[in-house]
Amino acid sequence: MKIASRFLTPPEAGTTVQFRYDGETVTAPAGISLAAAILTHSGAFTRQTATGSARTAFCMMGVCFDCLVEVDGIPNTQACMTPVRSGMVVNHQMGLRGLKGGNDA
Amino acid sequence: MPEFDLIIIGAGPAGMSAAATAAHGGLQVLLLDEQAQPGGQIYRNVGQNRTSRGWLGTEYASGARLVDALYHPGVTMQFGATVWRLDAGPRVVWSQNGASHITAAPHVLLAGGAQERPVPFPGWTLPGVMTAGAAQILMKTAGMLPRDAVLAGSGPLLYLVAAQMIDAGCPPKALVETQSAWAMLRALPYLPKAIFAAGTLLKGLSLISRIRKAGVRRYKAASAFRAATDTSGAIHFSFRSRGKQETLTCALLLTHQGVIPSSHMSRAAGITHEWNAAQVAFQPVHDIWGATDCRGLHVAGDGAGIGGAQAAAAAGELAALDILRATGRLSADARNQRATTARAVLFRARAIRPFLDTAYPPPAEILSPTDETIICRCEEVTAGALRQSMTEGAQGHRQIKTSLRVGMGACQGRMCDATVRGILSAGKASRVGLIAPPRARSPIKPIKLGELAALTIDQEEKA
Repeated sequence: MKIASRFLTPPEAGTTVQFRYDGETVTAPAGISLAAAILTHSGAFTRQTATGSARTAFCMMGVCFDCLVEVDGIPNTQACMTPVRSGMVVNHQMGLRGLKGGNDA
Repeated sequence: MPEFDLIIIGAGPAGMSAAATAAHGGLQVLLLDEQAQPGGQIYRNVGQNRTSRGWLGTEYASGARLVDALYHPGVTMQFGATVWRLDAGPRVVWSQNGASHITAAPHVLLAGGAQERPVPFPGWTLPGVMTAGAAQILMKTAGMLPRDAVLAGSGPLLYLVAAQMIDAGCPPKALVETQSAWAMLRALPYLPKAIFAAGTLLKGLSLISRIRKAGVRRYKAASAFRAATDTSGAIHFSFRSRGKQETLTCALLLTHQGVIPSSHMSRAAGITHEWNAAQVAFQPVHDIWGATDCRGLHVAGDGAGIGGAQAAAAAGELAALDILRATGRLSADARNQRATTARAVLFRARAIRPFLDTAYPPPAEILSPTDETIICRCEEVTAGALRQSMTEGAQGHRQIKTSLRVGMGACQGRMCDATVRGILSAGKASRVGLIAPPRARSPIKPIKLGELAALTIDQEEKA
């Protein structure tokens, strides 16, 4: 079930970028963090822990590490510390990372 | 890169004010910050919001003055720069865009600021539960407004976020305050001193009156927080308030229980830390200039003890003046003379803290939550597991860590350490300070193995 964003985003002037999140094309204002861009798009989880609990961005300042996602094939990227860029390919994360960087789960 | 006289870690009010003062005094300054822009969390993106998002308020907008003062030839700024090691010397190891750099300078100022105190309760890990500070960061950096949100906890930031949401046309659904009339009574004796900070006090009262006028529902003396979610993603937030069980359904639950110094860097650097009983947190020991017991290291701002933005800017200036003296640019007399204004600002800004610290204390059930509560978000360890390991003989912080992995995840204890201590002290804030602060070791932020490997011995010798 798709979960609506938990935020309202009144339109503001400025340029936008497009990136892919879990196969969907998402448009976001340039200059915001990837975590902000995903939270505007959806209210759902962006990673699952080793035991399968749903998590998403929590502190937005690089402290809690709950916003980890896969960006352009690189897992465990802090979405709140990563500026959103045009053409980024982003995926949610399930479980722990394998040593070779892949999704174990 | 040129030779630097001073490296400042953190471009919040303390770091920005120190950088400008030091550069005007003739020093070459390297200013490092993890974020993409100067401002810190309090003035996050303030330089970009000059003509927009006016609902953030005039106090926020005033931070632009500190950003403007940074544009001085003596200040080199590096953003997206994460410091992960601090060595004697001092020298700073920092990472930017996946590559690490080592920079040495005779003086380093730690101005890393604060983080929100973790607020653990059953359900605080669910998507839809965030910190009030996180929501405010989204408001400042992306103009995103919390939808159908409940604010819960205590402290001045909760009122500020509520007022900003009201002014932005998106008021919170309810304000659930843990603070009790009893705490307010206990804080009253500190009110006369707080008169020195009358401006701040009046601002606080005006925030509360705006919340009242907007008709936001308020619940007082709330306890026993619990959040659950359903398939639609809605959060069902239940709690007790004045003897009644309440449940609110919302899209976002934003919690807050004040802020505590971010002390990983100062601890890893070997600076002695002391317990601040009033603020229920450890902080680095420093003199009136921010100098510490580690050669070449000063601290300033909320990372040295919570005082707020105005106190931080003043403390940053004082540290910079002392560093100017240490480098021979100022005599001790000249330093003392030039410090008068900053000292007065610092005194006034700090005058309100005893009142605030007593009026908005973290509740015992947050310091030592119920057994089912996850306290270590990374390793998913519950308070019950921790208590179990204590009855099985784990002695103190380190043995608990070894047996449960609590604090060994990616956040390196930032989200659980305060709670582990709270549980070890059975929720009694007065006893938490008896437990030594935990060790912090580099890397104090996770870095990739490849990045570590790419650091050459040559680089290390040069530094």
